[in-house]
Formats: sequence, C-alpha cells, structure tokens
Amino acid sequence: MSDFPILTAMTALPLAGALLIMLVRAATSSEGDPDGRKALTAGLVISLATFVVSLAVLVAFDPSREGYQFVRSYEWYGGISYKMGVDGLSVMLILLTTLLMPFCFLASFPQTSKSGNEVRRPVKERATEYVVAFLVLESFIIGAFCALDLILFYIFFEAGLIPMFLIIGVWGGKERIYASFKFFLYTLFGSLFMLAAIVYMYLQAGTSDIEVLEQTGFAPGAQTWLWLAFLASFAVKLPMWPVHTWLPDAHVQAPTAGSVLLAGVLLKLGGYGLMRFSLPMFPDASEMFQPLMFALSVVAIVYASLVAWRQTDMKKLVAYSSVAHMGFVTLGLFSFTEVGVQGAVFQMISHGLISGALFLLVGVVYERAHTREIARYGGIVQKMPVFAVLFMLFTMANVGLPGTSGFVGEILTMVGGFQASTWAAAGAALGVIFSAVYMLTLYRRTIFGALTDRLPVPVSEMDDVTARELLPLLALAGLVVLLGVKPGLIFDITEGASLRVLEMMAGG
Amino acid sequence: MIDWTAVFVTLGPELWLVGIALAGILAGAVTGDRFNRISFKLGAVALFIAAFVSWLNFEGGEAFMGLVSANGFVNFARIVSFLLAGVALWISEEFFARHETIRYEYPVLMILAAMGMGVTLSASDLMTLYMGVETLSLCSYVLASFHRDSARSAEAGLKYFVLGALASGLLLYGASLVYGFTGSTQFAEIAQAEPEIGFLFGLVLMITGLAFKVSAAPMHVWTPDVYEGAPTPVVAFFSAAPKMAMMIVFANVLFTAFGEKLDDWQLIIAIISGASMLVGSFGALLQTNIKRLLGYSSIANIGYALIPVAAGANLGAPALLVFMTIYVIASLGMFAGVLTMRRRGGMVEDIHELSGLVQSRPGITLALTVIVFSIAGIPPLAGFFAKLAVIEAGLEAGLLPLVILLIVASVVSLGYYLRVIIIMWVSEPREAFQPTGPSVAATVGVSGLLMFPVLVALIGTLTAWANIAAAGLVN
Repeated sequence: MSDFPILTAMTALPLAGALLIMLVRAATSSEGDPDGRKALTAGLVISLATFVVSLAVLVAFDPSREGYQFVRSYEWYGGISYKMGVDGLSVMLILLTTLLMPFCFLASFPQTSKSGNEVRRPVKERATEYVVAFLVLESFIIGAFCALDLILFYIFFEAGLIPMFLIIGVWGGKERIYASFKFFLYTLFGSLFMLAAIVYMYLQAGTSDIEVLEQTGFAPGAQTWLWLAFLASFAVKLPMWPVHTWLPDAHVQAPTAGSVLLAGVLLKLGGYGLMRFSLPMFPDASEMFQPLMFALSVVAIVYASLVAWRQTDMKKLVAYSSVAHMGFVTLGLFSFTEVGVQGAVFQMISHGLISGALFLLVGVVYERAHTREIARYGGIVQKMPVFAVLFMLFTMANVGLPGTSGFVGEILTMVGGFQASTWAAAGAALGVIFSAVYMLTLYRRTIFGALTDRLPVPVSEMDDVTARELLPLLALAGLVVLLGVKPGLIFDITEGASLRVLEMMAGG
Repeated sequence: MIDWTAVFVTLGPELWLVGIALAGILAGAVTGDRFNRISFKLGAVALFIAAFVSWLNFEGGEAFMGLVSANGFVNFARIVSFLLAGVALWISEEFFARHETIRYEYPVLMILAAMGMGVTLSASDLMTLYMGVETLSLCSYVLASFHRDSARSAEAGLKYFVLGALASGLLLYGASLVYGFTGSTQFAEIAQAEPEIGFLFGLVLMITGLAFKVSAAPMHVWTPDVYEGAPTPVVAFFSAAPKMAMMIVFANVLFTAFGEKLDDWQLIIAIISGASMLVGSFGALLQTNIKRLLGYSSIANIGYALIPVAAGANLGAPALLVFMTIYVIASLGMFAGVLTMRRRGGMVEDIHELSGLVQSRPGITLALTVIVFSIAGIPPLAGFFAKLAVIEAGLEAGLLPLVILLIVASVVSLGYYLRVIIIMWVSEPREAFQPTGPSVAATVGVSGLLMFPVLVALIGTLTAWANIAAAGLVN
C-alpha cells in the first residue's frame, strides 16, 4: 500500500474544486456565465473526479482484512488527532455520496423545453454559490464518513449544516426560510448534546480516537447518558419518530438536488453514527434501550407510512416514506443479529439510491408543471411513457418488490427484527403493506387515468424525460435491479464491518 | 530604591502608552487640528508597539513592592487587547473623518483607555486594580459620548457613566470590606486570609462591580443601550479590547486573590454565567437593531466565558484565554462589518438594511457569514473550538448544568444569527451601501480569514500558548 493519503485527497478534492470555482468567479465577472452553465459543468467535472477517486478506494479496499484501512493519523492538539480511515461500511456510504453528487449537478442544469416555450432553470440565481455549497457539502460528508477521531467526526458532521442550510434557505421554495431554520435548529440541538457526550468521553479516555474509544468500555451508568446524548443527535438526523418533523419541511422546500442529497446521504449519517458509535461503544446501554428503539422504529414505520398516504404533495409523500424506511434501519441495527445489521446497512444504501431517484423523478415533473400537488396530475403516461416506466420501477423498489434492492433491505431487517422480537417484526411488516398502499396510490393518481386539465401549464409542455434527466435515472435503475438480484456485491464489502460491530458488542 | 528593570518588565507597555498619550495632548495643543487624521494611525501604531512590548516581557514580574505584577496569563490578554485596540483605532479614522468630528483627543482617549486596561491587568493589589478599572471606565464614558452633537451618543455616555459609577462604587466598597477583614490590599495576602462573613460580603460586592464591567447578567442592562447609542467605531472597540481585558481581570482577581476560596464564589459565577447565557440569547431574539443585537450576543458570550472562570484556575484559565481571544477577534470583525453599513443619509443600523448584501458585496457577505457562524460556534470555524474548550473545562470541573444551559443558549441564539445570515443572502436587495475605505473592509476580511481557516489550522498553537500563559498564573 502506498503512502499517499487517498482519503484526505478524496475529502479535499471537492473543497479544492469549490475554492477554484470561487477564485475563477472572483477573477471573471458573472456576465460570462449568465445561466450558470459553466459553474454547473465545473461542479459536474469535479464531482465526477471525486467519484473516480472513491472508485479507486473501493478497488484498493480489501474486504478480507479486519478493521480500518488506509489509516492516516496526525497529531492535532491536546489528544485530538486528524485520523482518517475506512471500513466496508464507510466505503459504501462514500461511494453512495460521490455517485449521487454528479446526478445532483445534472439535475440542476438549465434546459429548454421541447416546445421551446420555456427555459427550465432549477437554479434561478447565484449558480456559482450553489455549486460551491454542494461541493463543500460533499467534502464534509465524505470527511464525516472517513473520520476516525470522534471530534473530527463531529466537526465534519456538524459543518455540513452550513452548506445545507444555505442550499435550502437560498435556493429553496416559498417557505424555504422556515424550513431551513427548522432543519438547522433541530439538528443543532441534538448534536450539541452529542458534543457534550463526546467531550465527556474524551476527558475519560484522554483521547478522542475512535479505535481507542471502541475498546475503552464505559461504566454502564455513564453509558446510559452517553447513549441518550448520541441518540439525541442521530435520531434527529436519521430521522426517527417523533423528531422527524423537520424532514418533510426541509424536503419540500429544498431544490431537487438538495432533496436528493438530503434523503440519499445526509440521513445515512444518522444510521452510520448509530452503527459506528452507539452500538460498539455503549453495548450495555444499547441492549437496555433495545425495546425503546424497536418501539420507535415500528411507530416510525407504521405512522410515517400512514401519514405518507394522506399527503397531497409528492415530495412530502416521499419524505414521509423516507422516515418509514429509516425505521427499518434502526430495527435491523438494534436486532443485534448479523442478518439484521447487514440488512440495515443494505437498506441505507438501497434507500439512498431509491429515494434519490424518486426525488429526481418528482423534480422532472415539477420542472415541467411547477406544481407538486398530486391532485393536479393524471394521465401522465400518455405524454411521458418513459417517465412512467421509470417511475413504476422505483415505485416498486420503494415498496420492496422482490428483484429490487428495496426488497433485500426490508426482508433482512425484518428477519433480524423477528429473531429479537416477533412483535416488532410484525409491526414492521404492516408498514410494508402500507408502503404499497401509498406508493401505488401515488402512482395511479399521477400516471394513469384521463389526461388531466388541472395542471397549471398546458399538457403539451409535459414532454418526456430528456437524455440529461434519463442518464442518472437509468444508472440508478440499473443499480437498484442489480443489487436486488445480486445483493452480495454489497454484503461482501460490508460484512467485515457488520461482524466487527457485533463482536465488539459481545466482547465489550 | 526603585528597581527600574522590574518596573519596565511589569509596566513597560503602560509607561510607553502614558508617554505617547501625554505627547499626543501636547502636540495636539500646539499644532491644532492639522494632524488629526494622522494621529489615528500613529496612535494605532503606538498600541501595536505596546502589544509588542508586552510580548517581549511575556514572563512578567513584580514591581512597586507588589502593587503590580504581571504574568503570562495577563500578558496574553494584554497582547490581544492592545492589538485589537490598535485595529479599532485604525478603522475609526474613516468614520470620524466622514462625520467631520475627527479630533486628536480620540486617539489619546483610546490610548489612555488601553493604558487603564494594562494597569488593571497587571494589578496585584486592590488599589491598583481600582485605579486601572477607573482609568479605563472614565475614558470609556467619554468615548461613548464622543459624538457630542448626537443625542443618542450623549445619552449612551450618560447612561454608561451613571451605571458605571455605581458599579465602581460597589467594587470600591467590596474592596474596602475585603481590606477591612484581611488587613491587606495585596492579592497575595488576601489569598491567605480566612474567609469570614464580612470578607465574603466584600467578595460578592467586588464580583458585582466586575460583572458590570464585563456586562454579565444581571448587571448587563447598560450594554444594549450603550452599544446602540455610542458611535460604531467606539462600540467596535468596546466589544473587543476592554471585553478581553476586563474578562481576564475578573478571572485574574478571582484566581489569584480568591483562588483558595473557589467553593465560596463558584456558585455565584455559575449563576451569573447561566443568567447571562439566557438573557443574552433570548434578549437578542426580538432585536432589529444590529448593534443592540450584537450587544445581547456579547452578553451571551460573556456567559459562556464565565464557565471556565467557574471551573477555577487550573481547569479554566487556558480555555478562557482561547475562548475570549477567538470571540473578541470575531466581534471586532463583526463591528467592522457594521461600519460598512452606510448609505447616503449616514449610518444605518437595522438588520434589514443588510438585505441582499450578497448581491452588492459578495466578499463582505462571505466574511460576515463566516464570522457570524463562528460566533455561533458552528464547526469547522474557529468559534467552535472556542466553545469546545469551554465545554471541556466545564465538564472537567463537573459543571454539567452550565454546559446544558450553554447548549440551550447556543440553539436559541442561533435563531438570530441565522436571521442575519438569511437577510444577507436571501432577502430582496436594497440600494448598495456606499463604498468603505480599505481598512474597514480589510478588517472584516482578515477577521473572517482568521475564523476560517487560519485560527482553525493554528488552534493547536493557540491552545499551547494559552497553556503556557495560564501556567504563569498557577505558579
């Protein structure tokens, strides 16, 4: 293995790109790039380069070795170190991030409608800053997944709030300011408790090195409080019922690309945190709170599914469906079985792909019709057949149809949950049924039926997906099916990480 | 015999500043108003030199039979205070030149105020302490009302004076009680004394007086009014250099003179810390005047800074230095940002005047965004590391309730910090501000760059210096 700090390079690449874009922008006037096309192209190129680097990490990653790989550690100050390293779990989540990021930029390009009547501009203004915000956010997310020092993790984890706040607040919908405040304040409130817990652990152990803390073994009494403090942060981020209410607002107001990233990756930070910190570092508390977590998971699955059913806004529906699907993640994680934990990891990745695709799809029709109200749609299939096919595929994947990745994640987490608690698994199964109800309802009402005249634009404007929109959707569709048929592609890589968590729980 | 080496080592910067101030008065009286503008720059340079001299004598020493003594802890504060006072003076020039109230008395007053800070920082005797505090305060009252023709400025000065005089009286009365019950005015001997009830009364009164000077709740009421009324460059000065100096003086008095009686005053400090955090964060929520808002923000931040004070010298001193240094740099940058808010009719102060600032001034907006998020303590900006140090000190000293209050206050105060940012980024743009001179814009930019990435990269160095500085206190 070479000495090249590839993880740092991967983390810094988008940030460096963002800096470059800002410098170029400062040197040239904004007149040279009136519709932001150049800035978006630059962002696309940089994010693709980052994707290539993360693929290189995946190729060089050796799933048979235990523990963290590509570890680089430098003293920073006072027991805090700049320590980066990845295991199977983080490699897959990084890959998910770098894969979705180019799609985010692709979805933001301006384009002329087929009739030529309208130029669709997802980013109406300040495209340079938009691209910079996304690239900075990508850096922070990758950094959070790579960090092997708890304080370093916190820095990356929390730093992502600033660009996301601006993405929602500056480029979002009508109620964007309310949504961005809610997003920021909810997340920060939870996270600060985690920060206090992190500092406590750091004072106890004299270091914030994650590998050391995994072995430290905190007293059961302290574990309870630490576990709760960590949960405060991750439950908001995930989000779990009852602190999920920021998510629908944030999603509805965020621009399409922001929603893709939020649902696809940012929510995963919560699941990642629970698996990386809560389970191995506080095994006693985790076991003690298993019933609570099961209860919250089942409530999230059932309640969020029912709420999703009653939504009139497409994005809100998908947002609530995200809450439900994240419930499966916590269910699987807290089953403490191999199948459950593996299922939870799989579910995170699968949900990242599916929800990302669903938000892209909603974005496609929103750009055309400027409304997300389900009741205004109908009969889209007649004007947009390709769209209807793709939408069908991802609807089925979201429902958990066998042959798609959604199925694998849900079935495995439920099997894991079943081994720990029959009732929890039964409740979760109920949620699967509800998910079919709301997704199929959505599909039927928007795609089938008579061609609507309720849209705010003439139906002639509803032209089918363009090549630029098609490419990400096809890529995601391919992955969803591929992983549904051959889930081993992910399991082979994440198995080591999942087993290690369970070993540490048993040993600690 | 006076040991002049020792005098220079402990009071070198102050002697230099007194000399400069007297020379300035003389020169001003002889030459009239011809050199008003240049006097600002010269005064700033004199303050930078004072900071340099403090750095040369970092180890400190003792002089005048224990009336003054300096150590690393106070010298660290001196360096930061003099530097920031210099910057505040440098950027004042343009403001007063535009308002045609530029006078050489201003730099002289500011230098004398800085001299007062230096004296009170190096005090190791109640009398020196009081003299230094009063020198600083008297200069501050005049500075606050420097716009003689403005009713608001005069009102601010008067309010500041009346309440400040009361606080000084409390401080003096407390000091006299402490003297009466211990028989000495020297910190070293007070530290040895048995805590009797009268002594504790004196301690409480002294804390009250000093809390007023740092604007900690419930002695904070003057802050928003004075911040709003005083000329903006003066507020920029108030919010940085004297804040730093008085906070360190507050801690220094408690740590050295009353360090053994931590149990007696820890609870008092904890209560005013918690009260300041809550008053500062909730009080600012409804403010629309940017200066008032920042005044409340400073009250909240003083609350955070009092957590390491309550943690005691061993655990808290380095954290206090790190926190205050980062905070006052950000605060000065923020007020430099307020100085750019100028339209044809003069200065504007409503936060909605910042509407859409990003359209006309993207650079300043970016820097201000960084500064505001840093004051709010969001990583990866320097302010986060400041708060991290405070939380660490608080938890190590077992002050969990204060840490939880800090969390609550941080979230609440984010409500108004985010509002400022959203207004700058999202709201409909208004007419652009008039262009400002290079020094003001540079101060905003440098402050922003210090918040990220300079101080973040150097946080290890800053912490190491703070540790060395605090070691001087413990010995």
